[in-house]
Amino acid sequence: MTTVRVGRRRTKTKYALTVLAFLLPSAIPLLLFVLGPMVAALWVSLTKWNLLSPAQFVGLDNYVKLLSDPTTGAVFLHTLYYIAGYLPLVYIGGLALALALNTALKGRAFLRGIYFLPVVTSWIVVALVWRWLLSPSTGIVNVVLGWIGIHGPGWWTDPAWAMPSIILASSWKDLGFVMVILLAGLQAIPTDMYDAAKVDGAGWWRRLFSVTLPLLSPSTFFVIVISLINGFQVFDQVYAMTGGGPNGASEVVVEQIYDLTFRYGRAGDASALSWMLFIVILAVTLIQVRGQRRWVNYG
Amino acid sequence: MNRKILAAIGVVGVAALAMTGCASNSGSTSGKVTITYSNFISNGGNEANLAKIVTAFEKANPNITVKVKTLPYASYDEAQQTDLAAGTSADVFDIDGASNYGVYEENGVLAPLTSVPSSLYNKALLDTYATGGKQYGLPTSFSDVVLFYNKDLFDKAGVSYPTSSWTWKDETAAALKLTDQAAGVWGDHQPVTYNEFYKTLVQNGASFLNKAGTKVAFNTPAGLAAAKWLVDKSGTTMPTIADGQGTADFDTNLFKAGKLAMLHTGIWEFGAFADTPANWDIAEEPGSTQHANAVFSNGIGVSATSKNKDAAEKWAIYMSSSTEMVNVRLDSGWELPTISDTKKLNTYLDKGKPTHRQVVFDAAKTIAPAPSIGDNQSAMQDDITNELIEAQAGRETVQQALDNAEQKINALLKQ
Repeated sequence: MTTVRVGRRRTKTKYALTVLAFLLPSAIPLLLFVLGPMVAALWVSLTKWNLLSPAQFVGLDNYVKLLSDPTTGAVFLHTLYYIAGYLPLVYIGGLALALALNTALKGRAFLRGIYFLPVVTSWIVVALVWRWLLSPSTGIVNVVLGWIGIHGPGWWTDPAWAMPSIILASSWKDLGFVMVILLAGLQAIPTDMYDAAKVDGAGWWRRLFSVTLPLLSPSTFFVIVISLINGFQVFDQVYAMTGGGPNGASEVVVEQIYDLTFRYGRAGDASALSWMLFIVILAVTLIQVRGQRRWVNYG
Repeated sequence: MNRKILAAIGVVGVAALAMTGCASNSGSTSGKVTITYSNFISNGGNEANLAKIVTAFEKANPNITVKVKTLPYASYDEAQQTDLAAGTSADVFDIDGASNYGVYEENGVLAPLTSVPSSLYNKALLDTYATGGKQYGLPTSFSDVVLFYNKDLFDKAGVSYPTSSWTWKDETAAALKLTDQAAGVWGDHQPVTYNEFYKTLVQNGASFLNKAGTKVAFNTPAGLAAAKWLVDKSGTTMPTIADGQGTADFDTNLFKAGKLAMLHTGIWEFGAFADTPANWDIAEEPGSTQHANAVFSNGIGVSATSKNKDAAEKWAIYMSSSTEMVNVRLDSGWELPTISDTKKLNTYLDKGKPTHRQVVFDAAKTIAPAPSIGDNQSAMQDDITNELIEAQAGRETVQQALDNAEQKINALLKQ
């Protein structure tokens, strides 16, 4: 009897080691470059540190200071503004593209490739191109608007238009990503569903709202979760297009984290802000996972 | 069990990382040492010139090898700060001017230098890298901001060239005559930034901070006039933000294209303007009540954690005062060495365009001191620049901009 138990334990251990061996390639980087830095940032967030002098422990001071600083509220508001503009635009745009390219269109493989191209292009390149396209006096966008008699706005030089400029460029870049995910979702929908709906006399719109969208909801859920997380972490395009300006009008949370650390020598405050952002993203994602039961259909 | 193994692997991994980090800094025991030098000053065209100086140094000091790491100016400070924080700083590194020197020195990351041949250096500039009687850095070069002007455009408009007796009024009058918006020609360009503002304040007899450095002092009638001097050019004699003013290389490209009559910028542009077809020269910047000029220096320092401080200091001294360095810089027009023996600099005066190179030295005689407030320096600079740009874009009056900036910066100074 004892031999059996030892034998079973041995198999279990062997199994655990095998699993571990397969996990290592992703577990080690995760530990070293994600979990380790997160714990380190938690420690830094409890200190006053300018990167150069030794850090001094200050307890929760940084969090208290950030919560009473109007800039913190402003950067979270700007980030929410970004998400509110970006998410509907990129989802509806991506859905439209996916629907169009899911038909028997000529050259659709080529078109799918073209629309995916911006996704794999470096953000810095995309941002600089958009900065140039949206240049107030010489940019193509305003020049074309001028032809039809519209005096184009100041885009990234105008505080009211800086965020819309960033939203426009971001949606354009991520359209292909959303399109690919939704396209995969569309192709998983059985055609007999549509046939049945047609027999029942459902028109194109009716089929879209009663068949396509409900059956697409798992893909939609995935797109929204990922886009929200990415939206909260928006940085590259802001850094390259406006630097958070003019006068802080497009300063988002991660841009502020970056500025605090590397421009203003306030790594402690920056780490505290990082943790605040992490908690917000975690909360939003948990709410979404909870809420999905009501509308996501795994039919 | 799984957790324990994972944790053990994690610890080993971290330890391995730490060990490789330590190993890279050890010197060898055979008397030969390798030191590292992190710089931005050679980036963008002077890499070969720096290599020449390194070769000469290694020839004179056969037991020292210098490993050079060159970074672009825009990302240098961040990279160097991160290296210092991580304990991976180069033995010798560039210091971007006096205000950065102040931050580094205050935080104890610079080693005191013990065998500096002080008499070889320009004393005023050497002193900006000393604290409490000790030398913690050395100036490698200096530059100043002057008034560049396009002679062809002046001739065409029948306006006489700028002289050292010009004041702001003369500059405005000339700029208005030179501006021909229909032809895309602008009379003047001066950036609307902190660096221009602290200087124009002094040119108008005002100052950025009070004497004790505890409060701002620019929100006065003289300060308002200085801010207006910067802001009001926009749209009359200078392109507006909507035209692209304020973006990288906008002003220098306009000047190179022969579409800009006057340009306030640094002598570091000599090389870039050398091949432009237009005839151009320089003059000292006009003042309002007095002359005051922005003089910038680059410095060099030895890391407090360097394992080879003696060799590092030797290189820092060589890079800032040796004859070989002076010759390479003068031959190539790579900014100006900060040596005391100005006779050695005479060849600089007749190295070609621009003709009036004497202006470079004249301007350095009346320096507008840059305010230095330590850790909050960048925040202060951003605050004033942002507010001035709000006024320039017409979203605030100049007075409102100064009021807002005063409030923000006084709050920074209280911290």
